[in-house]
Amino acid sequence: MDKLKLLTIICLLFLLKTTNSYSLIKVDITRGNLNPLPVAVSPLFQDNKSKNEIQRELNFDDLGSEISKVVENNLKQSGLFNPLSKDAFLQKPDIAHLKPRFEDWALIKAQALITGKVSVNNGKLKVEFILWDVLAGREMFKPFVLTTVPNNWRRVGHMITDIVYERLTGEKGYFDTRIIYVSEEGLKTQRVKKLAIMDQDGFNTKYLTLGNELVLTPRFNPKNQMVTYLSYFRNLPRVYLLDIETGIQEVVGDFPGMTFAPRFSPDGKKIIMSFAKDGKSDIYAMDLENRIVEQITNHPSIDTSPSYSPDGKYITFNSDRSGYQQIYVMKSDGSNVKRISFGNGLYGTPVWSPRGDLIAFTKLHKRKFYIGVMRTDGKGERLLTENFYQEAPSWSPNGRVLIFYRETKTNEKGEGFSAKLWSIDLTGYNERLVETETDASDPSWSSLLSN
Amino acid sequence: VHKSLFISSGFHLGIILLSILTLPFISKPIDVPPLISVELIQIADFTNIPYAPKAKKIIEKNKKKNEKLASDQAPPKKIKKEENKEVNLDKKNEIIKELAAKKTPTPEKKLKKVKKEKLESIAMPDKKKEKVQLEEEKKQKPSKEIKKNKDLKKITTLKKPNIKDVKVKQVSEFEKKELFDPNNIAALIDKSMEDFGETNKKKNKISQSQDSSMDNLKLTLSEEDALKAQIFGCWSVPLGLPYNKNLLVRIKLKLKPDGTLIKTEILDHARMNMPGQGFFKVLAESALRAVQLCQPLRVPTSGYERWKDLQLNFDAREMLGG
Repeated sequence: MDKLKLLTIICLLFLLKTTNSYSLIKVDITRGNLNPLPVAVSPLFQDNKSKNEIQRELNFDDLGSEISKVVENNLKQSGLFNPLSKDAFLQKPDIAHLKPRFEDWALIKAQALITGKVSVNNGKLKVEFILWDVLAGREMFKPFVLTTVPNNWRRVGHMITDIVYERLTGEKGYFDTRIIYVSEEGLKTQRVKKLAIMDQDGFNTKYLTLGNELVLTPRFNPKNQMVTYLSYFRNLPRVYLLDIETGIQEVVGDFPGMTFAPRFSPDGKKIIMSFAKDGKSDIYAMDLENRIVEQITNHPSIDTSPSYSPDGKYITFNSDRSGYQQIYVMKSDGSNVKRISFGNGLYGTPVWSPRGDLIAFTKLHKRKFYIGVMRTDGKGERLLTENFYQEAPSWSPNGRVLIFYRETKTNEKGEGFSAKLWSIDLTGYNERLVETETDASDPSWSSLLSN
Repeated sequence: VHKSLFISSGFHLGIILLSILTLPFISKPIDVPPLISVELIQIADFTNIPYAPKAKKIIEKNKKKNEKLASDQAPPKKIKKEENKEVNLDKKNEIIKELAAKKTPTPEKKLKKVKKEKLESIAMPDKKKEKVQLEEEKKQKPSKEIKKNKDLKKITTLKKPNIKDVKVKQVSEFEKKELFDPNNIAALIDKSMEDFGETNKKKNKISQSQDSSMDNLKLTLSEEDALKAQIFGCWSVPLGLPYNKNLLVRIKLKLKPDGTLIKTEILDHARMNMPGQGFFKVLAESALRAVQLCQPLRVPTSGYERWKDLQLNFDAREMLGG
């Protein structure tokens, strides 16, 4: 019996010992840094034959490095990446594209590397590129090939950025997009307002109207390249539809009284807007196919600035039914109205994020304007930026960046006046001026062009 | 054939009966006290964290005070004796009580003890380990106090050597003759030898069987903090991740003694290519990059066996949510 006891004890001890030796030390890493990721964008390599053809087509020959500059600029503007200076690169573009020497790239602290090759053949631009993980020493996707006409080279740069951005951050990019805005020129009393459109990085500006009529609040259709906007005709505002690809413009309809802030529904089939009538203002939705107008709110207060949630089931709007202008959410049929903003000050221009989780707004409090976001239940309000006058936030298609306009004085003495577009990301740290040729207001961000 | 069956069943029955009679919890349910969760933290003998300036001042003050006390009020030997007596008394008491008097975070420890005693045999090794550790600490504690007094240095040197090399001791005492009354020294030697001989014995008894498992303990707080702080700096959290999803990625590392990587492995590898989990790949890759970038990892200088396999749980929820 004693022997048996001894045996069991030994067995037990053995068991304990083995379980012990297999216990693995676990360390929880719950924090990291939010510094931009260092990325090296090697100039895209091009052979001599292509060089000649590029020169003929575009009047400059170094297309490879021009495209890489577009990519670099995009990555930098996003605030999430830190493109490294090309002067530090140790490897030639052509060799790097075949097989990078990862030690060299790690030496200059790059964590990711973009290489590529450009060729033009018979008027066709072909771009091939790879994203490399420098630390792991391998490619992060198989070579991508894009083919287009040479004039489209800037878009190629944006598309490369989108693919790289998505691969490195886990969310869709927003670089191959355009921004429509109201271009303003002249004195404040005689402002000439034109519709203008440009690439997301401020290049390729085009004017869509002549400026003889006042235009307001252009908004992109989230599904395609249609725009809805307000324009005055015989001193009455009218809602227009404009197809940017074809340039065809049409009047959606004449509505009684004042119309404000038309905006597309997420499926692009409806326009939601507010009409002012008999001293009150309510929200209406119009079906674009059969032009039937449906009244959604009916309240003796002023309800304006409606915006659909991305699933189309809810609408957020602002209303002064509580006495002050605040943000409300309701079902898309107008039922179940709930107030969500409860902070001090006035809240306006709510816009539902394309990701669905946040609502951006403008807040006026103690003579200062804030652009902020809150969750759709009104909790977690965060003010991203503060200034004396700024308004009209519009989301990037991935719901990470907001573009808005801000009016400032042109000099430090407080003289003059200028309106410019600014962008800020959700962290609130990456605020940037978006360069425009003229003064600008009321921006609206398009969806990805490649969709 | 039936015979063996009967023998077998009889034997089984016997065992069952035996267990019913001998093991108390089968006949009547044991009343388990409400569980109190206690976090087991390993604390190194020496801290890696530099003293805060304030704390340093206080410590210096205390030192001065002690010195004053020692020089003014009583001849050093008396203090010595008192301290030794204390130790003696303590030893006679139960270990737990002694802990209560000497160690600061006693309530926790006590609870632990109580809990452990009620728990089943699996919990035993931990308890033992603790005892061993505590005894070690106890052993070191008096020595630290004593160190402050110049003349007591002797004792600390005496603790370590075994009884055999008395000669060496005598030489060292001889050197410091001027400070000491040789008679006193002799008395001291005897006492200290007795005391520490005892503790040494005790320690050996328990620890010999546990020695190897001691190596399998967790990292100490400061070791863990050093490693964490290093990786915090290397990990660029991908900001585009959806913050309402499960953002935990577990990575297993195999390390060389100098902290460089032999192998890395993502534990939930299946999630990498699952539809709708594209963000996980991005997260996992960022974690791998962090580890690669941090090489060599800031691992403890000793106890390679302990941390040669290491699991890092990268969790981005705290960073992105909120």
